[in-house]
Formats: sequence, structure tokens, C-alpha cells
Amino acid sequence: MKKTTGIVTGIISNLVTVEFDGHVAENEICYIDLGGVRLMAEVIKVTGKNAFVQVFESTRGLRQGNKVEFDGHMLEATLGPGLLSSSYDGLQNNLETMEDVFLKRGEYTSPLDHDKLWEFTPIAKPGDKVQAADWLGEVKEGWLPHKIMVPFSFKGEYTVKSVVAAGEYKIDDTIAVLIDAQGDEVPVTMVQKWPVKVAIGGYVDKPRPYRIMETGVRTIDTLNPIAEGGTGFIPGPFGCGKTVLQHAIAKQGDAEVIVMAACGERANEVVEIFKEFPELVDPHTGRMLMERTAIICNTSNMPVAAREASVYTAMTICEYYRAMGLKVLLLADSTSRWAQALREMSNRMEELPGADAFPVDLSAIISNFYARAGIVNLRNGKTGSVTFIGTVSPAGGNLKEPVTESTKKAARCFYALAQARADSKRYPAVDPLDSYSKYLEYPEIVDYLNQRVDPHWVEKVFKAKNLVRRGKEMAEQINILGDDGVPISYHEAFWKSELVDFVILQQDAFDKIDCVTPMDRQEFMLTEVLNVCDMEFNFENFEDCRNFYKEIINAFKQMNYSEYKSEQFYKYFEQVKNLLSNGNN
Amino acid sequence: MATTNAYRRIYTQLEAITKATVTLKASGVSNDELATVAGRAAQVVKIKGDLITLQVFAGTEGIPTDAEVIFQGEPPTLNVSDELAGRFFNAYGEPIDDGPAVEGERRQIGGPSVNPYKREQPSQLIPTGIAGIDLNNTLVSGQKIPFFADPDQPYNQVMAQVALRADVDKIILGGMGLSNDDYLYFRQAFENAGALNRIVSFVNTTDEPPVERLLVPDMALTAAEYFAVDKNEKVLVLLTDMTLYADALSIVSNRMDQIPSKDSMPGSLYSDLAKIYEKAVQLPSGGSITIIAVTTLNDGDITHAIPDNTGYITEGQLFLRTDTDTGKVIVDPFRSLSRLKQLVINKQTREDHSQVMNTAVRLYADASNAKTKLENGFDLSDYDLRCLDYAKEYSNRLLAIDVNISINEMLDTAWELFAKYFTKAETGLRDSLIAKYWKDNN
Repeated sequence: MKKTTGIVTGIISNLVTVEFDGHVAENEICYIDLGGVRLMAEVIKVTGKNAFVQVFESTRGLRQGNKVEFDGHMLEATLGPGLLSSSYDGLQNNLETMEDVFLKRGEYTSPLDHDKLWEFTPIAKPGDKVQAADWLGEVKEGWLPHKIMVPFSFKGEYTVKSVVAAGEYKIDDTIAVLIDAQGDEVPVTMVQKWPVKVAIGGYVDKPRPYRIMETGVRTIDTLNPIAEGGTGFIPGPFGCGKTVLQHAIAKQGDAEVIVMAACGERANEVVEIFKEFPELVDPHTGRMLMERTAIICNTSNMPVAAREASVYTAMTICEYYRAMGLKVLLLADSTSRWAQALREMSNRMEELPGADAFPVDLSAIISNFYARAGIVNLRNGKTGSVTFIGTVSPAGGNLKEPVTESTKKAARCFYALAQARADSKRYPAVDPLDSYSKYLEYPEIVDYLNQRVDPHWVEKVFKAKNLVRRGKEMAEQINILGDDGVPISYHEAFWKSELVDFVILQQDAFDKIDCVTPMDRQEFMLTEVLNVCDMEFNFENFEDCRNFYKEIINAFKQMNYSEYKSEQFYKYFEQVKNLLSNGNN
Repeated sequence: MATTNAYRRIYTQLEAITKATVTLKASGVSNDELATVAGRAAQVVKIKGDLITLQVFAGTEGIPTDAEVIFQGEPPTLNVSDELAGRFFNAYGEPIDDGPAVEGERRQIGGPSVNPYKREQPSQLIPTGIAGIDLNNTLVSGQKIPFFADPDQPYNQVMAQVALRADVDKIILGGMGLSNDDYLYFRQAFENAGALNRIVSFVNTTDEPPVERLLVPDMALTAAEYFAVDKNEKVLVLLTDMTLYADALSIVSNRMDQIPSKDSMPGSLYSDLAKIYEKAVQLPSGGSITIIAVTTLNDGDITHAIPDNTGYITEGQLFLRTDTDTGKVIVDPFRSLSRLKQLVINKQTREDHSQVMNTAVRLYADASNAKTKLENGFDLSDYDLRCLDYAKEYSNRLLAIDVNISINEMLDTAWELFAKYFTKAETGLRDSLIAKYWKDNN
């Protein structure tokens, strides 16, 4: 088939107008020939014979009359074994295999290793009836069973004619032959392509999330848990610890596959991931963290249009692993940069702007993207999930801005990072009162938690929240009226909230032990803290009250720093008990 | 502007003129290409069919419709070689120090980005002698960090000081909207220090058209990349004042009828600033580019689009403020932050660095609480009073920007203050460190 071609007729920054012959499709990929260098671009608008394309590279030196060739398909991700432990740019070029220190324009590298041999084990048998996303076989990718599936683009039912015997194969080798409804033979390899802006289907249904994804971060798991297959976002001004929190979740999250999309952020932060992750061990499996991680990175100085593509590429890779029945976690830092990329483009297209000059359909675009997360039931009875946590960088730290507001509508968990908490070094700086998890309202999640953790767990969580709320009110009163101007009970309420804050909410991300707290340990600590809060003490004055709670807090904190249920742990626990019995006298 | 290119295309009919741009019919023109319009430098910013729009850096006042337009055939370039050292240039890279033009390889400015996978993690401490920086907000080579300062603060002096004390091979100054006085100050400071041979300056002063400033960072960074990449040198880039740079961006976007976003800044402000700051890099070959910038604030307001976007891009910020107790300019320990400091603290500095730093700042915070108590009319405890005395001395001997001592001296000074005003328990320092460093007054 002859490809559609065209010539460049206009240029404003990375928005290029192309006059074409034949037909083009919205979001179709094209390449602009600039003296032998081919620049990739995507069609974003068509009027008459003119296509507006956004170029994924710098357009410097481009001129009117440059030749353009349309590719006949949308921006696609290449899916197959070898995605994990790779580092890609937003268009899924492998950054590791590029030779130069500087990124060269028009240099596109293959996402997967075509020469590597994979140990293949068949699953499907000749005669099986299969559909898109059904499993034909598997290879071991690190320690994960990577399923080789019927390509997602296949429509209708196929009959398996043959599957190769167990053995070593390259990704481009034919591993199965299927017969379609017309009786034609279709070969299948280990690699397939899928347009990133289209959600991958092939599952039976997407139920409401009904279980929790543990992160090891107490202020999330205990106070505002995120569901497996759920969505959450972390807005916060700069310097509040957004990135540290995201990295902590990436290191500890109870997922089998982690995809990190570094979208328009600092290159040195990505370097930290590149240098540190290969040395870190996954706390759940004891394997190297990098083995379960893929990184999609479009740092702030890389081409803006590819920034938008990067989050879609990352999501597509997540959906691919979900279809294998795996638990996948996607972290995107930061979705604001992606929204800004949309704004830059909309502005160049001279569209009528919405609030803060963002495109009017920003909210719809964000909702649409968050909707791609979820837990799904596969046709073979297994489940897979994509949990998505995005960060938002609100301009001026003001949460009343379009990206935060649009995201709030789409995400079910909200982890607000508070400048005041960061200033007083109370990390993670997640505000316990402004933040919420809608999943605590789901009866199925409440049942799950009460069964999994403790029969009265959710009740306890709300009790802890209430203590914090009361403590905050009391603190305001004390500030206004002075330490002596309020009854002792005000001080007690305030210090109970401090106890919850210091022992449960605050967590040292840089301490080897404190950085990750498993659920049973969280249950133990919250129960003990609430026990203390239930006790009655008769303090002489507010100073007694303060000193007493300071000592209790200190002993509890030492417990947090000790190996769970170790001798040291119980030593400090004894200390807590002693303090309590003295306090009661 | 002089050019060595033989091939030129000349046009003499303008179709449209605005305050900052001219439009004409031309062919074979490439995006970002440089041109002159009636002798003034201009750059291609828009191509629509055969209509070419040029941004005229110096403004279009007095330009007639029959002005001569000459296309240069390439984007702005800089000749790079070791001859750059010790020289002063304008925004176009032309000498302003009466010296000869620089011979060297012609390089396009605003070149490609470093592959993030090929970067090294920054790991070399850059000492400055200023405790507010070295002790509390340590600088690391390959870092990018701005001073946030009100216009009345001596940020250019502090920056010159930092640059001259820093142990680097080259210092590149990018001056945007510098007043002539400040330009002469830098020149004199560099000459007096006898450091001219390791300094390259690109300067746009307030006498010159503001839009020209847009070229300065790219010029400075192209020179920086030459020394860091080609020569494996440690390069420090000073950019002052980035707020004026951003103002120039907003002027251009406004003239081009773009829809402004927050604070009348262009929607692309984040990407525009990131492109500059992300040039800071630690290269695998050993060379590095460190960027120290100045972002002037309006009455300390960091929520304005310029400091706000900057904060999201840079690795921390150094906040200058006048301390009311001592009357000295200090580096504010609360609002300043160096995100990369943990890469060198206790690794390239003494084992007590991290604890001493945190304790000193915490006690300073206690002093500020005591002050609030005092202002609200509450009684002060003995501890509060000692905190206040400590704060004064801490501010005077460590936070003030006129301090110039080694990091070990800073640590020793802090230990001396701890012992002078507090008990060991009040400092909450680790026992092993107290045993080793506590300075008994008796």
C-alpha cells in the first residue's frame, strides 16, 4: 500500500503544518525528513489538505518544503519480554542502548532486545479456541512469569493450530500459529504492538476494587489506604517530599510490577533511580528491585510533546502486564507537567483556553487516563490490576488550580502534602485531615480490612483520625489563650494527637527499619497507641502532661526504629508500659 | 552583526511590522534561523507558507517596510575555544572588551540534552566558606540552585563571592538585565581577585533591549559545555537575574498574541526554564556544570509563577534575608534547601555534620518560637532566654554571609555555641558524638 506523503508548509515551535496527498488519521504518526534525519511527529488536527502535527523533537532547521511520510498507524508501544528493568524515553526508545552522551535528534532505538533467548513454556494446546489476550505460553522474565498472549488487536475467535515446544526462542520467532474464522493461518511471535492512547481490553469485567494495596507507609496504609486497582494522587508544593514519598512507594509497594513514569521532572532524580534501584532489594520477594521495575523517563528538558506520550506509554505497559494476571503499580511524577505540555500545544493551535490557559477538555483527559487503572477479571478466571498514583505540582502550592481540581474528580485517594508539616520536618508531610481515601467508604473494602487486619480496624482508623482532628482544635485554643489559660484536658487532647502524629503518621523514609511497616505491625502500633489514648490520667499541670507524653512518644518511636518483635522492641514496649503504670498512680 | 557566512539571501519588502516582529515573504528559510533586519539581529519564530515571521531582538522602532532583511542560514552560534577565557561578550557573543573576535569551532547555541541514563550522580562538594551554605545547604557539583532574594539584597555580591571562593576550573557569568553598575562590579571583582583567566562573561545590561537577554543563558551554557564536555573541566555558571529573563519571555509571548497563563507568564515558562537549568550535569568523563542563579522576588513572594516554577525545577533554593537581631544578611535556614546535600554530608564532611546541622537549626527554631511568645506577651522561660541569646550568636557567627571559614571550623563553632547555651540533654545530640566533640567550658 502506498503511504500518504506531504510537505511542510508552516512551523511554530514544535507545531508543524503539513500539506498531504491521500488520507491521514487523527493521531497518526508521521516522519519529517530533515536532510536524512527523520523526526517523529503525531497528527493532532486536520483541516482540508492540511494536517497539524506535533513534532516529538526540536524543529530547529526545519523548513518549508521538507518531505513528510505518514506511517499509517498511531503511536504504538512495543510489548514483549524484556520490558522490565529497562529505561525508556517517552516514545519507548531504549535510553541504555543510545551511544552518545547527548540525545541525538531522530535517533530511535529498539525497546526490546531482538537477539536475547527466552526460555519458553507452552500453555495453549492445538485445538484450543482463543481470543485476544488469552495466554499461549510463558517465559521467565526475571522471576516473573511473563505470558505470551494472543495479540490484543486480534478480533473474534481463533483456533490454535500449533504452539512450539518448550525451549529457547527469540522474541521475533513464531511461537504459535492460529487459524482465524476464514480458515487462514496467522503466525504469532512474542512481541506485539498497541496504540498507547487506546486502553487495552481483553478482560471480562472491571469490578469495584475490593482489596488493599500495601505500601508500607503508615499514613497511607493505616489512615487512608489505597485499593489494589485504585487511583490516588499526591499534590504538594515543591520541597514537601513528593518525590521521596513516591520513591518510598516504588521501593516498598506490594506489587509484582512497578512502572515509574518520570514526566517532566529533574534529571538528577531519575539518575537517583538509575543508580540506586539496581542495588536495592524488593522487601516482598528478596529479589533485586530493578527486576520488577520499568522506567519511562521524559525529563523536563526533553521534548515537550513526548512528555504527553510518556504517561500513555507507561500506562500501556502496565495494562500489558495486567493482562498476564499480575499486580501492577504505576507511579507518575508529575501529571502537572503533562497537563502543561497539553497547554503549550493547545496554545499554539490557538484554541480558546479554559482556566489558567489550560485546554478546556483537561478534566476529561485526566479522568479518562485515571479510568484506565483498575482491577480486572481475566477470561481464565485470574485477576490482574493496575494501581495508579500520580503526583501533582500545583502552581504556587495552591490546590485551587485546574490540574489539582480535575485530578480530584478523577482519583479516589487524595494525599495532600502540607507545607506547614514539611516546614516542621514532620515527614511524610501528608496532611492527616485534608487527605482522604474514598475506599474507606466501600463496604467491600471495610469488610476486607476488618477481616485481613483486625475485626475493628476501620473503627480504629476513624478513631485515630478523630483524635488528630480534636488535637488540632485544642492546639488552636492553646495558642490563643496560652498554656495556662486552658483546662488540662485541652493539653491532654492535644498531646494525644501528637502521640498519633509522632508514632503513626511520621515515618523516617531514610531509616532501614522504620521506612517500611508491614500491615500486622501497623495494626499492633495503632492498637497500642489508641490504648494509651483511652486511658485516664490525673495530671497536676500542663507541664506534667507534656513531659509524660513526650516520654511515651519517645519510647514508642524507639519501637518504630527497632526490628519488629525483637528483644529491643519489647524492651521499649516495657518502657511504655512502665510509664503508663507510673502515670496512672 | 558580523558573519563569516558567504551564502546570504537578501529581501527588501516587509509585509507586516509589530513592536517585536516583522513578517515578509521569503523561501528556503529554516526554523530558528538568524537574520538581520535593517542591521538588527532577528530570529525566525514562525513559518506559514512563504510568510516568515522574525523576532527582532532590539525592537522594531523605526524599521521601514523596505528594510533590508538578510538571512544567515543558521541559528545563533558561538565560536568556542580556550580563547573564550577571560573575555567579556554581549548577548550575541560579540566581544565588548575591545579584544579581538574569538577564533574557534562554530557551535549552535541551545544544543541537545544529555541522555539521563548517561548522567552520573552528583557527588563532589563545592565549599564556599559561607556557613549558611556549606553547613546547612551544601552545594554539590552538577547541582542547579538559585538564590531567592528581594531586589534590595546584595545577591550579586554574594554570588561573586561564592564563585570566586568555589574550587572550580571555569566560571561563566550570564548577566541578564544587569545594571551598568553591577556589570562593572563583577568586572572589578573578577579583576581584583586575579581570576580573570578562568572567567567568561556574557552580559546584557539594562541599557540594551530586554529581548536580547533571551540569548544569554544559551550562550553561557554553550561555553560551559565546551569546557565541561570537551575539556572535562568543573564549570560553575552564574545566571543573574532569571526573573528578568522570564520577563523578557513574557514580552515576546505577549507580542506574539499568545494566551498568558499565571502572572502573565507564557504557558511554556516551566519548559523554558527547565531547558536552561537542566544543563547542569555531572558528566561520566569527570566534567561538570553547576548552575547558581538569582531569582529576584517581589516582597518575598515565592508563589509567583517565576520562583514557583523555578522551585520545581532546581535542586533547592538559597533564601537571603536580613536578620533583624544582627542587621546582617543571612542565608535563611528555614526556607533554604539544598536537595543534593545528603549526597556529600557525612560522606565528604565530618561524621557530626548532619546531626550538628539539624540540632543547630532546631534550636534556632526554638528561638523563633520564643520570640513569638515574647511578642504575644507571654512569659519566657530560662530555656527561651538562652535560645534567644544562642540565636543571635548563631546568626552572627554562622548564618551571616560575610563568614568565611572551613566546614570543620563551622562545626566546631556550632559545638562551642551548644556548650555555651545548652545542656547536653537539651541538644539531643547522639552520645557518641557528644563524647568526642562537646566543648566543656570549664
